[in-house]
Amino acid sequence: MPIKHLEEYRDPAIARKIVEQITFAGQKPIRLMEVCGTHTMSIFKHGIRGLLPETISLLSGQGCPVCVTAQNEINSFIRLSRFDDVIITTFGDLIKVPGADSSLEKERADGRDIRIVYSTFDALKVAQKNPLKKVVFLGVGFETTAPTIAASIRSAVEMKLDNYFVFCAHKLLPPALAFLMEAKGTKIDGFILPGHVSVIIGIKAYLPFFEHYQTPCVIAGFEPVDILQAVNMLVVQIKTNQPKLSNAYQRAVTFNGNQKAQNIMNDVFETTDARWRGIGTIPQSGLKIRDEFAICDASKMFEINMTASSDPKGCACGEILTGQKIPTDCLLYRKACTPETPIGPCMVSSEGTCAAFYRYHPM
Amino acid sequence: MCLAIPSKIVKIENHMATIDVDGVKREASLLLLDEPKVGDYVIVHAGFAIHKIDEADALESLKLLREAVSISFEKKP
Ligand code: SF4
Repeated sequence: MPIKHLEEYRDPAIARKIVEQITFAGQKPIRLMEVCGTHTMSIFKHGIRGLLPETISLLSGQGCPVCVTAQNEINSFIRLSRFDDVIITTFGDLIKVPGADSSLEKERADGRDIRIVYSTFDALKVAQKNPLKKVVFLGVGFETTAPTIAASIRSAVEMKLDNYFVFCAHKLLPPALAFLMEAKGTKIDGFILPGHVSVIIGIKAYLPFFEHYQTPCVIAGFEPVDILQAVNMLVVQIKTNQPKLSNAYQRAVTFNGNQKAQNIMNDVFETTDARWRGIGTIPQSGLKIRDEFAICDASKMFEINMTASSDPKGCACGEILTGQKIPTDCLLYRKACTPETPIGPCMVSSEGTCAAFYRYHPM
Repeated sequence: MCLAIPSKIVKIENHMATIDVDGVKREASLLLLDEPKVGDYVIVHAGFAIHKIDEADALESLKLLREAVSISFEKKP
């Protein structure tokens, strides 16, 4: 049984034609940023950088959930794991990120109960099976995972589960785009906008950003043809000086997005200022759990003392996330910092730019 | 994080679907989707179906892609 509408987006003949169009149009230097970690992986995996003319630089932005999680949040996760009656549940990559003096992986080796789950529903099941323990889900990510976490909080309340908590460190993408446009030393000519964040928030969520900055923006899918087509559209917009907010992922993204997911997210969360790794605080760029659901809010129900904490010394993740540097500019890259001994989260996460460089640019 | 491949719903029970991703069976919550049916192709993120692929939309965008590729090709010097 063929998978619907996938083969076409991997068709080398179509890809080749698009590359020729890009090469034909893209003679001036152009800097494009993809702000989704899965795009970064797909670009490396399919060798897309190598297909494009040298004039086009692809920069990886702030779309890797683990990479943007602030150091004080990582430290809080580690502290939470040290409570005797707590079971930590989380998605995979987070556990390797080094905090100030440990990582969740090290804590697990020391006997703390830290479990990797596939979805928030698995975390709820852990809570149901362990009524005497407090189960905390570490919520990092963007508008794609936020509704799944909101749904789990609502379900926990409906099921009257009193031992399920969420530590919410969620971030929102559109405010990060505006931040990048204002950041000193960052120059971006166009954005490849994320696929699945856009499935949730819809094209409309980018309108205020686009109207204010008039920067070319194209929403892209994850297959090679999807990404090449988005690059092609951006190059044409830049060349003709006609910026647009376009959608190259029509089979998944609509103007209004997934209203049901937006409603559940708004029900459970409200926006708040958030701290991004290596970047600092961006106003109204994060989510926190509303007071009605405070009994599920780990930041309120546990004494964690979120202290300010600086990023690892010498790590350039912040500059990499804002497109000012690439991993090979970091003095620690491949020396002190490797996937086995990561110093910053960009080397930990499979979606991190340093990890992708390490894997796909063997030297 | 994002699973790019659309999955087919093969069974629905209490807001949970069994989905088929390229031959592998998995579970996905349907809480974020309106009116899902068996046979629908959906995009799944972190164990939740987040979008139902509309067949007509998908074919239309494919047609546009093919047109965009060949038309500007003919115009090339
Ligand atoms: S190579 Fe390591 S230390 Fe350098 S920026 Fe990347 S993650 Fe940070």
